[in-house]
Amino acid sequence: MPTALYRLLLSLALLLPLGAQAGDALEFTRAGASEQVRLLEHWSASPTAERRAFLDALQQGRIGADGDKNPYVQQAGQWQPLTEANSDDNPRVLRLNNRLRGLLNTALASHALSDENAGARLDAARTLQRNAPPALLPVLEQRFAQEGDDAVHDALALALANLQLASPEAATRLKAVRLLGETGEPQAKTRLQSLLDGDEADPAVRKAAETSLAQVERKLFIGELLGQAFSGLSLGSILLLAALGLAITFGLLGVINMAHGEMLMLGAYSTYLVQIGFQRLAPEYLALYPLAALPVAFLVTAAIGMALERTVIRHLYGRPLETLLATWGISLILIQLVRVIFGAQNVEVANPAWLSGGWQVLPNLVLPWNRIVIIGFALFVVALTWLLLNRTRLGLNVRAVTQNRNMAACCGVPTGKVDMLAFGLGSGIAGLGGVALSQIGNVGPDLGQGYIIDSFLVVVLGGVGQLAGSISAAFGLGVLNKILEPQIGAVLGKILILALIILFIQKRPQGLFALRGRVID
Amino acid sequence: MQRRQLIKALTLSASLVTMGMSWSIQAAETIKVGILHSLSGTMAISETSLKDMALMTIDEINAKGGVLGKQLEPVVVDPASNWPLFAERGRQLLTQDKVAVTFGCWTSVSRKSVLPVYEELNGLLFYPVQYEGEELSANVFYTGAAPNQQAIPAVEYLLSEDGGAAKRFFLLGTDYVYPRTTNKILRAFLISKGVAEKDIEEVYTPFGHSDYQTIVANIKKFSAGGKTAVVSTINGDSNVPFYKELANQGLDATDVPVVAFSVGEEELRGIDTKPLVGHLAAWNYFQSVENPVNTEFVKKWKAYATTKGLPNADKAVTNDPMEATYVGIHMWAQAVEKAGTTDVDKVRQALYGQTFAAPSGYTLTMEKNHHLHKPVMIGEVQEDGQFSVVWQTEGPLRAQPWSPYIPGNDQKPDYAVVGN
Repeated sequence: MPTALYRLLLSLALLLPLGAQAGDALEFTRAGASEQVRLLEHWSASPTAERRAFLDALQQGRIGADGDKNPYVQQAGQWQPLTEANSDDNPRVLRLNNRLRGLLNTALASHALSDENAGARLDAARTLQRNAPPALLPVLEQRFAQEGDDAVHDALALALANLQLASPEAATRLKAVRLLGETGEPQAKTRLQSLLDGDEADPAVRKAAETSLAQVERKLFIGELLGQAFSGLSLGSILLLAALGLAITFGLLGVINMAHGEMLMLGAYSTYLVQIGFQRLAPEYLALYPLAALPVAFLVTAAIGMALERTVIRHLYGRPLETLLATWGISLILIQLVRVIFGAQNVEVANPAWLSGGWQVLPNLVLPWNRIVIIGFALFVVALTWLLLNRTRLGLNVRAVTQNRNMAACCGVPTGKVDMLAFGLGSGIAGLGGVALSQIGNVGPDLGQGYIIDSFLVVVLGGVGQLAGSISAAFGLGVLNKILEPQIGAVLGKILILALIILFIQKRPQGLFALRGRVID
Repeated sequence: MQRRQLIKALTLSASLVTMGMSWSIQAAETIKVGILHSLSGTMAISETSLKDMALMTIDEINAKGGVLGKQLEPVVVDPASNWPLFAERGRQLLTQDKVAVTFGCWTSVSRKSVLPVYEELNGLLFYPVQYEGEELSANVFYTGAAPNQQAIPAVEYLLSEDGGAAKRFFLLGTDYVYPRTTNKILRAFLISKGVAEKDIEEVYTPFGHSDYQTIVANIKKFSAGGKTAVVSTINGDSNVPFYKELANQGLDATDVPVVAFSVGEEELRGIDTKPLVGHLAAWNYFQSVENPVNTEFVKKWKAYATTKGLPNADKAVTNDPMEATYVGIHMWAQAVEKAGTTDVDKVRQALYGQTFAAPSGYTLTMEKNHHLHKPVMIGEVQEDGQFSVVWQTEGPLRAQPWSPYIPGNDQKPDYAVVGN
């Protein structure tokens, strides 16, 4: 059987390097904590090709030890002894602490510098830029001399430059200092700064260090600025998604909808249910559950919204105070209902892999995927809402009814049905917002309570009845919040923003964008 | 003078009435036990399991014949993460339900809210959570850690070689009394260890805060200036967005470890822990601690969660405050047996010197200063949401409710002063 033979050979080939390094493994599992530290430091300064498989396994948590501290490796769920000696008790995974894990990363990177794949070498060189200890200098110099790939060569040069700052020769230091000016690494700033603060005697090096420091600082500043702008946009997009449904139910229909937050919450719980459904029925497509949750959340919340409108809210048109109380009561009922069904505790809505992690744009700027996707999604929902309101018959009817109910009714617009559909639309959009919120925050019965005030702020600030107003208010508030927060802290920032809004509303009660003309009552 | 006498007379008669009432409780079939934990709102994530743990412990005691031959009857109320409501519910427990003892509270602000009620009505409260100290009420027994049993050892660990030899500290917390006081103590401690003022940054967020973008970006920036550790006193469900943001922005525990004082196994249930491996928590107990008492304890809890159909029962975990609740209820039961009555003043005396073999693997003693001797453990988050202990003290430490790092505390007595 050629396949069986092939498999055997393959597994042997996999085991061989580990077998060859049984000595290292034994040494490591037998060692005490401080001894392990020394071993890893020693290994990273003198990498050998055979040891790499062991280090990889160690990092992946596949190395174990039994009661007598004999090493084992886990292959496909099975423990394989790495040495002749083994005892009867079950091996247990070797736990590492942070310090060992950090040293292991360095050791792995120094071993990966001789990888065949240029990409792996580049990653390793980048890791070493951050955390190479001085002992690695000879290894880096050797690899630097041998490296053929340009990108890796440059990365190694930088990693070397960090260590060469301490070189006794001024010329080497000068070169290193100049090279560091090219990077945008936050660590480069600290290194240059400490060089300048230290006893650097050579005036040329000092001068170069000052220039490089200024260069690095400028790059860091750009990264910071972009980061701030991004987080402002991200917060804005979240506010927008939270408020957009309310822009319709309150903005267009004029219902002071205190139950709006609960529509967000129901949208988030729909996401949770869809996630559970995928886990049970189609675990292989689990990663796609947020997409499937969108229509579900929209339909569920729209249906609930329409039911509410028909049963409660339509009897209260034109009586804002009663509407306020009634919708507030509805919101309490919905919260309690969810609490009874799902429990008071938050439920776990996990980010699928494609919404986890981030995109490293600059050395000091990582944009998380979930936030990028949510910004895009917010824009998509805005476009959808705009199209619905401005390019469909339903939208035309909604606008007609909101501008002049009696006249619209005279022209044959079924105002009751339009009210119901418009309220359903607003609730459904809130449901979509809930799907997005479930990806960044907690999903619990009180989710909506945290957003209701912000939502009203956005709608009122933007100008009631204006989609464009809500959009600019949401992004404006988001960016303003993120500009204030680093200066005065999250708590004071929030207070200041509320105070500013009060002042603004005093000056301009109609909001940023106001409807003009006779139609407004 | 006259008025004062009148008040005295009134209080006396009122206390006579209460005494009469407490006598009538004893005459009843059961002993009522109050449970005062938030079952909704931002703290529900942490407190709900304490309520269930208390119920389990009460079942356990009842199965063994109860206390003084009577069954314990739990009275559960929900103060809904609303601090003034804690005082109201506490008063209700003491005056309407007439409970003999109350187990409850998580946040210090909720404890501060019920404290005047318990002191006024001479109730008995067991508080199961680590806190900032600076308090020693005769009506409260603190079964969680004082600062020297959690915060200080944790920071000492971060300063040590094994903990990464941190040079800079980012103190991040929710904006209320516990984080503020703890950070005040920690700041004084760090400065006494030679850390410069500019290397300590203190940041607070409101309860229920969910946008940690700026803060995580600031931590990154701060950490460029030298080996940094984050000391997190974030409470409640804000931890979920905080850790999510940390992971998404690629801040690893090997670069910047976060040591949390209010995050245990229960809080990690709602998060994907793979990106969090290596972050730390300091407690006096972890579910992963290996000893026969704990094995039994965890087994009992899992069985209880399954039979009671608690949400996510298949993933039920134990944590430090749950252990402290368990220990507290047992100690109270022992003290009542010793005193032969549930009378608060007698039980208080009987509690001093009470010992209990706790799941942490140590026999804990209740000291006259109303705190337990506790061992300190530092655990690293593992992929399965459990902690592996990377450091622990030799044995239980005596609590110092009045931290020596706050000026003026050396004047304060290390025992409870009964009656104000």
